Amino acid sequence: MTQPALLVLEDGSLFAGQSIGISGHTVGEVVFNTAMTGYQEILSDPSYARQLVTLTYPHIGNTGANAEDMEAARVHAAGLIIRDLPELASNWRMEQSLSEFMRAQGVVGIADIDTRRLTRLLREKGSQNGCIVAGADCDQAQALQLAREFPGLSGMDLAREVTTPDTYKYSSGTWELGAGFRAAAETRFRVVAYDFGVKRNILRMLVDRGCDLTVVPATTPAAEVLALNPDGVFLSNGPGDPEPCGYAIEAIGELTSAGIPIFGICLGHQLLALASGARTMKMKFGHHGANHPVQELASGRVMITSQNHGFAMADDDVPDRLKITHRSLFDGTIQGVARTDCPAFSFQGHPEASPGPHDVAALFDHFIQLMASRGEAQASGLSSQAT
Amino acid sequence: MWSIADAFRAGMSTEEVFECTHIDPWFLAQLHDLVNTEGEIAGQDLSQLDADTMLRWKRKGFSDHRIADLLDQTEDAVRARRHALEVRPVFKRVDSCAAEFASATAYMYSTYEEECEAQPEQANKIMVLGGGPNRIGQGIEFDYCCVHAAFAMREDGYQTIMVNCNPETVSTDYDTSDRLYFEPLTLEDVLEICNTETPAGVIVQYGGQTPLKLAKPLEQAGVPIIGTKPESIDAAEDRERFQALIHELGLLQPPNRTATDTETAIAGAEEIGYPLVVRPSYVLGGRAMEIVYDQESLEEYMRAAIQVSHESPVLLDRFLNDAAEVDVDAVCDGENVLIGGIMEHIEEAGVHSGDSACSLPPFSLTAEIQDALRTQTRELARALNVVGLMNVQYAVKGDKIYILEVNPRAARTVPFVSKATLRPLAKIAARCMVGKSLPEQGYTTEVVPDYYSVKEAVFPFIKFPGVDTVLGPEMKSTGEVMGVGRSFGEAFGKSQQAAGYTIPRGGTAFISVRDEDQPAVADVGRYLSEAGFRILATRGTARELAAAGVTAEKVNKVGEGRPDIVDIIKNDEIDLIVNTTSGKQSLKDSYTIRREALFHKVTYYTTLASARAAVQAHRQAGELSVYKLQNLQHEVAA
Repeated sequence: MTQPALLVLEDGSLFAGQSIGISGHTVGEVVFNTAMTGYQEILSDPSYARQLVTLTYPHIGNTGANAEDMEAARVHAAGLIIRDLPELASNWRMEQSLSEFMRAQGVVGIADIDTRRLTRLLREKGSQNGCIVAGADCDQAQALQLAREFPGLSGMDLAREVTTPDTYKYSSGTWELGAGFRAAAETRFRVVAYDFGVKRNILRMLVDRGCDLTVVPATTPAAEVLALNPDGVFLSNGPGDPEPCGYAIEAIGELTSAGIPIFGICLGHQLLALASGARTMKMKFGHHGANHPVQELASGRVMITSQNHGFAMADDDVPDRLKITHRSLFDGTIQGVARTDCPAFSFQGHPEASPGPHDVAALFDHFIQLMASRGEAQASGLSSQAT
Repeated sequence: MWSIADAFRAGMSTEEVFECTHIDPWFLAQLHDLVNTEGEIAGQDLSQLDADTMLRWKRKGFSDHRIADLLDQTEDAVRARRHALEVRPVFKRVDSCAAEFASATAYMYSTYEEECEAQPEQANKIMVLGGGPNRIGQGIEFDYCCVHAAFAMREDGYQTIMVNCNPETVSTDYDTSDRLYFEPLTLEDVLEICNTETPAGVIVQYGGQTPLKLAKPLEQAGVPIIGTKPESIDAAEDRERFQALIHELGLLQPPNRTATDTETAIAGAEEIGYPLVVRPSYVLGGRAMEIVYDQESLEEYMRAAIQVSHESPVLLDRFLNDAAEVDVDAVCDGENVLIGGIMEHIEEAGVHSGDSACSLPPFSLTAEIQDALRTQTRELARALNVVGLMNVQYAVKGDKIYILEVNPRAARTVPFVSKATLRPLAKIAARCMVGKSLPEQGYTTEVVPDYYSVKEAVFPFIKFPGVDTVLGPEMKSTGEVMGVGRSFGEAFGKSQQAAGYTIPRGGTAFISVRDEDQPAVADVGRYLSEAGFRILATRGTARELAAAGVTAEKVNKVGEGRPDIVDIIKNDEIDLIVNTTSGKQSLKDSYTIRREALFHKVTYYTTLASARAAVQAHRQAGELSVYKLQNLQHEVAA
């Protein structure tokens, strides 16, 4: 039997619908994502921690859920808001319906609301804090109070919460139709990946390219990473505000000084910017979708990218040692930077996502090139020392 | 889809239907849910319904009409209850990506949701109802008229609102009108839009039969229809009322009867005589229209027709053999009548007007007949109180003029007439509807160009294997072209070229005509023979040609021994075919000739009239010139 559910925003807006997950309540920042596919990847993306995700595409759950499509060990989004859950999910890879999946993962969700009204509200007012209550007795007043008590994501260090407690090795490649997850390629580079809330497909794409991956907790000091003698360091995506992550900013500063090739994605990009002396800011309603055009400034080439961020690198006071490499064609915000003084670069969008276009996947190859050329330089340096 | 729904109604499970169809269960489950909801609706009491239940049904897409059927109520009663419960759709805007960015265009669709984005403005608004999906007989010509209405109204300072649901049309371009409602042309949907927009006037006569059918119920619901009153539209569509009017005006109609069952049909047919044109009332594009030659065919037709529609009777008209068919388009402001143009069909009466080639001005009608046509058109326009466009179809047999039908609405000939006379008829008529008289607009006299414009239909036969290419009362064409010339022959020749039929310069011509055409076949045969064609003919036609002194070689019909005519076509030995038929059997016999001609790209004519026109074109073929429309416009203006 379906249970009612309410979504209440901090401004008092009320949306009444049906519960599609567990009964209970959940609070967070309400954001909207315009992607038509990938709801399971979105729900399990640690970057969505403390966020209630609205999906603007009306039919969500068509293909159910399966273990292989998880981007992390569990669901990280704080709640799900959709227009319509289908009568029946149908897909050959399906193991659970979306609703079963949400209940198994302990997620609160609401369906049957006017998601377009909600999206327009968020577009006009900016991201709102909100509360979903689901179950037999939904208390609207309590929900409003909870929504208003949520402190907001600004100043919130969430990377520390979602990161791995322990260092581990990762060696699975990307998924292929008919073959499943590929075996690790022959390893050529030792790479340490900082887990600020990493999505698995990033790790898989590094493994495909011959990286021997060690994933370390967000708070790992630079010295420990350097002790692993890496060829490159990867800075992962993750949730929340980059500014309070002083531990990471400090470590990245040391790593850039050491001249190690560094590649950052999303939160990792913002942390590299902060470590390089730039500033970051909270966006009005952020970028969440699968069709965002981004221009590579050097070539003029436009790429269709997946995006998920509520904070961005600010455009003023950009230090000289940072070169802006990419910009969003939606609002002109900075989408990529490269250090001019060391082999470090980063990208705001998600080159590992594949809702269709794979336009940005080549950034992984660039990281490999940086490691390869540094290796050659060191080798020739060593050989010249030897003679 | 209907069968799948029926399967669920009969109790099959989603799994069973999947086993039969291999349609993804996702879709089947949605259909099953709709069928279950049907069952739920059927047991309800309309007066006891609550808003939540009604909203749930509407969200699932059930129309008021469907709910009414299931509840055994009228659509009006369901709508009244729904409105009393305040369950109404909202309008959302079509934008680039799910409301991510604000959109400047007012391009709307309806849905049962919470927030309405229509934001109607305070303005003097004219709403144009489009034609809905294009299909044969309900073509792009109507969309042209709707677009021109919107342009004229915008030029005159009105806010224009278009209602249409075909994304391929120009009327649904976001910049054709100020506001666009991408909605089906049903009473329910149009009423909801009117409720939101409250237009000052609604134009229903430009989108063809689809919006025209809504005129009366819309008016009853208080919607301000502008132009010809629904009452007058009904007077023209209603057989008996129309007959009384014709009688009153002292005009002629082919003998006709109305029948609601087979017995009255047979009795009526005996009174007026065969052959008959039979059709259900209220159809467009000649759908389900047939010519029947005997009682047996009539009985067969009645069996099928009665099954098609219970409400509308079947109309029986005496079919006028060998009559010339004429279309007249006119604009009336309620008082003054502007003749847009007289179009003489090249094919004789019995071929659907949408399929017939036609010439403006007429190529064979006398000045007296043409004047009589003008007078009758004016009388009809005034008698029907037409405000806007009107189209009359006449059959001219000798010096007698019969009225076949009057359509107080835009006809599919309007774009052709407008281009041939360089007069924007649709715009002129739209301005009449908002109260600007013809003299005020400066249009008082008809334009009769001193050049000929010929419209020819374009057919999709090659894409539909199995469709007979013979022309008849049911419309088959999907496009049209126009040829302009100083003579009729030149204009016809160009129209043939444009439509993709080449008139061969010489070679072998095959001629086989029905008995009725035998006396007139000699002219065509003689000309082709003199032009150097080798002539092959079937026995009867060869005899007729020989009598007229034209040498023709006899060729076997199918079944008369090999090689027969079809073998010869297959051997690519034929360059031109003139083959006319009458009666079921000869139609059936000649079917393979037409199919083979089509596949072997042999130019063929299925009426003697078009063969005659082709002969005239052949005569002119050496003298084709290109004219600029702009220059012709100067001529017309001068």
